[in-house]
Amino acid sequence: MAEQNDFDHVSGKTTTGHEWDGIKELNTPLPRWWVLTFYACIIWAVGYWVVYPSWPLLSSYLPGVMHYSSRADVAVELANLEKSRGEKMVALGAASLADIEKDPALLALARARGKTVFGDNCAPCHGSGAAGAKGYPNLNDDDWLWGGTLDQIMQTIQFGVRSGHAKTHDSAMLAFGKDGTLKPEQIVTVANYVRSLSGLPTRQGYDAGAGAKIFAENCTVCHGDAGKGNQELGAPNLTDKIWLYGSDEATVVETITNGRTGVMPAWVGRLDPSTIKVMAVYVHSLGGGK
Amino acid sequence: MSQPLNSKSMTIGESGLAVFFAAAAFLCLIGAAKAVDVAFGFHAALGAAASLASVFVILNRYFDRPSLLPPQEINGRPNYNMGPIKFATVMSVFWGIAGFTVGLLIASQLAWPALNFDLPWTSFGRLRPLHTSAVIFAFGGNVLIATSFYVVQKTSRVRLAGDLAPWFVVLGYNFFILIAGTGYLLGVTQSKEYAEPEWYADLWLTIVWVTYLLVFLMTLVKRKEPHIFVANWFYLAFIVTIAVLHLGNNPAVPVSVFGSKSYIVWGGVQDAMFQWWYGHNAVGFFLTAGFLAIMYYFIPKRAERPIYSYRLSIIHFWALIFLYIWAGPHHLHYTALPDWAQTLGMTFSIMLWMPSWGGMINGLMTLSGAWDKLRTDPVLRMLVVSVAFYGMSTFEGPMMSIKVVNSLSHYTDWTIGHVHSGALGWVGFVSFGALYCMVPWLWDRKGLYSLKLVNWHFWIATIGIVLYISAMWVSGILQGLMWRAYTSLGFLEYSFIESVEAMHPFYMIRAAGGALFLIGSLIMAYNLWMTVRVGEAEVQSPVALQPAE
Repeated sequence: MAEQNDFDHVSGKTTTGHEWDGIKELNTPLPRWWVLTFYACIIWAVGYWVVYPSWPLLSSYLPGVMHYSSRADVAVELANLEKSRGEKMVALGAASLADIEKDPALLALARARGKTVFGDNCAPCHGSGAAGAKGYPNLNDDDWLWGGTLDQIMQTIQFGVRSGHAKTHDSAMLAFGKDGTLKPEQIVTVANYVRSLSGLPTRQGYDAGAGAKIFAENCTVCHGDAGKGNQELGAPNLTDKIWLYGSDEATVVETITNGRTGVMPAWVGRLDPSTIKVMAVYVHSLGGGK
Repeated sequence: MSQPLNSKSMTIGESGLAVFFAAAAFLCLIGAAKAVDVAFGFHAALGAAASLASVFVILNRYFDRPSLLPPQEINGRPNYNMGPIKFATVMSVFWGIAGFTVGLLIASQLAWPALNFDLPWTSFGRLRPLHTSAVIFAFGGNVLIATSFYVVQKTSRVRLAGDLAPWFVVLGYNFFILIAGTGYLLGVTQSKEYAEPEWYADLWLTIVWVTYLLVFLMTLVKRKEPHIFVANWFYLAFIVTIAVLHLGNNPAVPVSVFGSKSYIVWGGVQDAMFQWWYGHNAVGFFLTAGFLAIMYYFIPKRAERPIYSYRLSIIHFWALIFLYIWAGPHHLHYTALPDWAQTLGMTFSIMLWMPSWGGMINGLMTLSGAWDKLRTDPVLRMLVVSVAFYGMSTFEGPMMSIKVVNSLSHYTDWTIGHVHSGALGWVGFVSFGALYCMVPWLWDRKGLYSLKLVNWHFWIATIGIVLYISAMWVSGILQGLMWRAYTSLGFLEYSFIESVEAMHPFYMIRAAGGALFLIGSLIMAYNLWMTVRVGEAEVQSPVALQPAE
């Protein structure tokens, strides 16, 4: 290969004289703006090293003239937050459930905190608007499985439902079909009876008398004579047209056949007592609190 | 290697490799028999089958070949070795389409979670590394191996070093990808991003990669040109550094030599630092240096213009490889990583801006005197737009490494958008451009089957990229702002789930962008296939389609 610097007529520049597989290189100098910007970046970096923690030494590092520390920054920010919330947070921690309900300022604070906690802990099951889902109760209505007073809500949040905690709400809908208590055709009959309690249509040929009899013998213990439910046992009111798992005949049959053992975790130990208190107030305030 | 005529004997490579694979088959069979988990047993069985097949192929090839190995030169011209390159080229198109398809699936899963199908093998957690590895290592890796073997031969004017070694590299590398990919689907992972394959796959890759380095180096050593072409500097930096990164990030102790699970020797924040030293330089040396090498050969070649500035190529090469290696800590801003390390990661990322742009300038300005070709040649347009995307993402990257920007962008979709403007725009387009150039050259065709289809590919894919990255910018910034919004009482304004709900429309747009990109690549595959099948032959001698072994 001839090591001579060819002249490129298009660009008006010489080449370096090298050529590989037909590719040559122009002898263009470095663009001036490029060099200057590169230098500026380097100077900026060196300046940053002077100001902020930078190069490691044997057992420490250059701390920089500002002695910046991201940990110290976080501590300052947290302290500022505490300061801005002031003594209200302390008051909230000390107040009883009833006191919070009465004091509008405390209630507003509890609701603001409760919304955050709810979004991170409760929304996965109950939905971000607390509207619930199949198997997860809607918390906006005034239909309560285990009671809707402040104390009852707090009890449920603390210990959960069938959560395994010693103090949990523990009773469950029995599996009348699986356990052999009721035969499949009896289950269909009583399912239609249950639907009729909230005014839903029954299938043709349904024997209302037989349904009432099966219901009286098996269901009234928990759900009550009129099917109004029992919050002591978490037995739902069957007459209010609110259905946790669904109201169609197949779903009701499934509920009676296999029972229902939905779980709500116990939050005691996961959330601190004041947070649980705030949650009780928040859930209570969602619309259906008693 | 001169042997007397009529007498044929095995080369050291042939006999050595046959013995190596026979031993490997034996060890793999033992591994398969004693495996403590299903995935390891499956991989050991695959290894045994592949090893036995290799022994058979090597012996068969020996009995079929003439007594002399292919000559280095024919009639004074280098006898280039194109077989392994053709194989890697075909594999790159195959893996590219596979990787883009999985990408579209997981993008759709984020918008419509039902597409996880409630099966472990199709869950997002397993398919995400399948997507990233398929596009980076399978598609990108095969493009890099194919183009590096092509460019180093052409610009050194010698046949590729080694007889079986280049085949060992391309086949061995694709076998690694098979092990890695099937491993992800079976739930095998060491949980390090972009380094998910387990210890035995890592060991195998080490053997393949060192062979790759040797083939490349020995070809350079016997070159007929006085100087080493700039693209080869970049290829060499890529191969050497990837070897170092792979070894640094992956030292692990297997729980059992007959099982897939292992534990990395690094722990805590040191492990995180090693991971992002590796992760960021996988970007820097795999996805940047390697593809800059492609740019430095294919753009001047296609534009038929000299490279803009030799001096710029030297300065930006050394600046790039010196500065890139420091930038990893910017992935760990505001974490347990000490402040001083975060500072260095950030400042070196800023200093990296101009060295990156040096490559962009050299790529774009090489067009000076040939800008008119952009109107008529969609392949060149693809190459040039890739360099523009390179420039854009290498500005965005340093900007995002600045701590105040990072405090908004980190952990959001902005990062995903940034990565994809580099991956789809830069790496994807420069690869497509190189494939469009190289396939006719490899198969001795006068030109592509259809430039019109290249044009369609270009526009459909470009619209796809724009949809993708703009959706991710908006969703990323929205996410970042929602996460840092506070109420007047000092509580978070939005729960995490509310920010997820807000992402839904952007996830749909992103999936649409990905679908367009995939459609473009299918058009390319058809075009390349037709080029090989019905394209007009360049030379009079009919060139038989070589089966991919």
